[in-house]
Amino acid sequence: MRRLPRSLVAFTALCFVLLHLPVLVLAVFSLNRSRFSVQWTGFTLEWYRRLLERQDILAALRVSLTVGAVSTLVATVLGTMIALALARHRFRGRTLLEGLLYLPIVTPEIVVGISLLLLFATLHMALGISTIVVAHVAFSVSFVTVVVRARLEGMDRTLEEAALTLGADEVATFRRVTLPLLSPGILAGALLAFTMSIDDFVITFFVSGPGSTTLPVLIYSMARRTIEPTINAVSTVLVVVTTVLIFFFDRLTRGRGPREGTL
Amino acid sequence: MSGARRLLAGLNRRPRLAAAALLGPGTLWLLLFFFVPIAVVFAYSFMTRGVYGGVTGGFTLEHYRRFLDPLYLGVLRRTVALAVSCTVLCLVVGYPVAYTIARAGRWKHLLLFLIVVPLWTSFLVRTYALIFLLRDTGFVNAVLLALGVVREPLVLLYTPGAVLAGLVYGYLPLMVLPIYVSLEKLDPTLLEAAEVLGARPLARFWRITLPLSAPGVVAGAMLVFIPALGAFLTPDLLGGAKQMMVGTLVQNQFGGARNWPFGSAVSFILMAVVLVAVLAYLRLRDRAPMEAVA
Repeated sequence: MRRLPRSLVAFTALCFVLLHLPVLVLAVFSLNRSRFSVQWTGFTLEWYRRLLERQDILAALRVSLTVGAVSTLVATVLGTMIALALARHRFRGRTLLEGLLYLPIVTPEIVVGISLLLLFATLHMALGISTIVVAHVAFSVSFVTVVVRARLEGMDRTLEEAALTLGADEVATFRRVTLPLLSPGILAGALLAFTMSIDDFVITFFVSGPGSTTLPVLIYSMARRTIEPTINAVSTVLVVVTTVLIFFFDRLTRGRGPREGTL
Repeated sequence: MSGARRLLAGLNRRPRLAAAALLGPGTLWLLLFFFVPIAVVFAYSFMTRGVYGGVTGGFTLEHYRRFLDPLYLGVLRRTVALAVSCTVLCLVVGYPVAYTIARAGRWKHLLLFLIVVPLWTSFLVRTYALIFLLRDTGFVNAVLLALGVVREPLVLLYTPGAVLAGLVYGYLPLMVLPIYVSLEKLDPTLLEAAEVLGARPLARFWRITLPLSAPGVVAGAMLVFIPALGAFLTPDLLGGAKQMMVGTLVQNQFGGARNWPFGSAVSFILMAVVLVAVLAYLRLRDRAPMEAVA
């Protein structure tokens, strides 16, 4: 392999630094004693301790986790089913469906958000946890389908054929062979759906109501008002959680081409 | 349980029914909560605004006509210009980065991971981190003042530059990844052949590497352009109220202004521009490999 020019390596290193520096600085200053200044005045966990006392933050965390868990479960089941149908069945309108599945991925978030808001308003549905769940499932199904399908395409079908030949019925084959082989893909899809759910701001902003504020929506309203270390602390928690989730997603999809792993 | 078992086994003997059963719930969900809402937006964009912010029936083109006002056309022009600048900047910065990662050997996986993490980190948190860095009493100004580079804090936040920087910072990974994928697929023997045949490094890059990575460039450009066009968070938080963009205009109509039909019309115009971009992408994508071969 040819060596890369040093200038190119330096440029790339600079880009990586700029890409990660802001969030790192944010995290470091969540541990700073001073409330207002960016002077380092000493280490403290005070702001994290205060998070536990803030009822609004704890309530938002509960909403985020509830929405994340429920929408992930639904989106994973629905997305896996679509992936199975696309990979294993030939049917009319298949290409059309594939194209339509990509539409939620390329539609601007703000359009998705206001369109759901209008739908719920037209149906006189009160905005709350259930409307957020509906929205999150709608935008994550496509992503789950893409991830699970990538796993299905790479799967060895002879194992299933062997099971059928050896006398297992379809149900047993599906449960004992297909599902275990598919499980890393399903888990990766679920992690992705969960990460997208707890991170989403724009769509949630339009479909959440009073009493159903998620963590990102709360951070937004806090960040618009003021700069305070508790925002740094709660943001850091969110970043650490998503980074861990993405680390596991990466492990699950690793080694099968960059496309699936990175999506 | 045995009932469910029989049902599943029965479905397996009827593949078309099985396909329908697998597809039904998911596609129904997407239909009801993705496609129907878009249709609702379309319908709203032709309705008349009601007295209390709701709508009354009837058909009118007034909202689309209103958008032709120079004020709103200016918003659209500014938004498209910003999205184009963001895409070009992401390309100029992202291509060398993708090129380096593709040739990084054992560091490749770590670097890819570091590119992907920001993509899945809350966009809101990342934007907030920029505010923390760029505001008058922020980290950047504190460092510059301490180093004596400047005497007065620089005004960095709430400027058009801040919005552009925020968008590039936000969407750079979306440009790097597809370019990386196409560079990764590039057959190194082609470059060796060119070298043997006497092509210089720059010629090898222009005539082989760049044309063969064109599909990645085009895909990356689309992945960056679309969200930049609809951006609402970045202009809202980093641009202040001064820089109205299509995204913030839509948000205003559903928030403070409560003019849902006009907001719907603007959303539809945004969708139309996105659709044009997607169609242009599909045309370019189908043409790109041909050029590479020629």
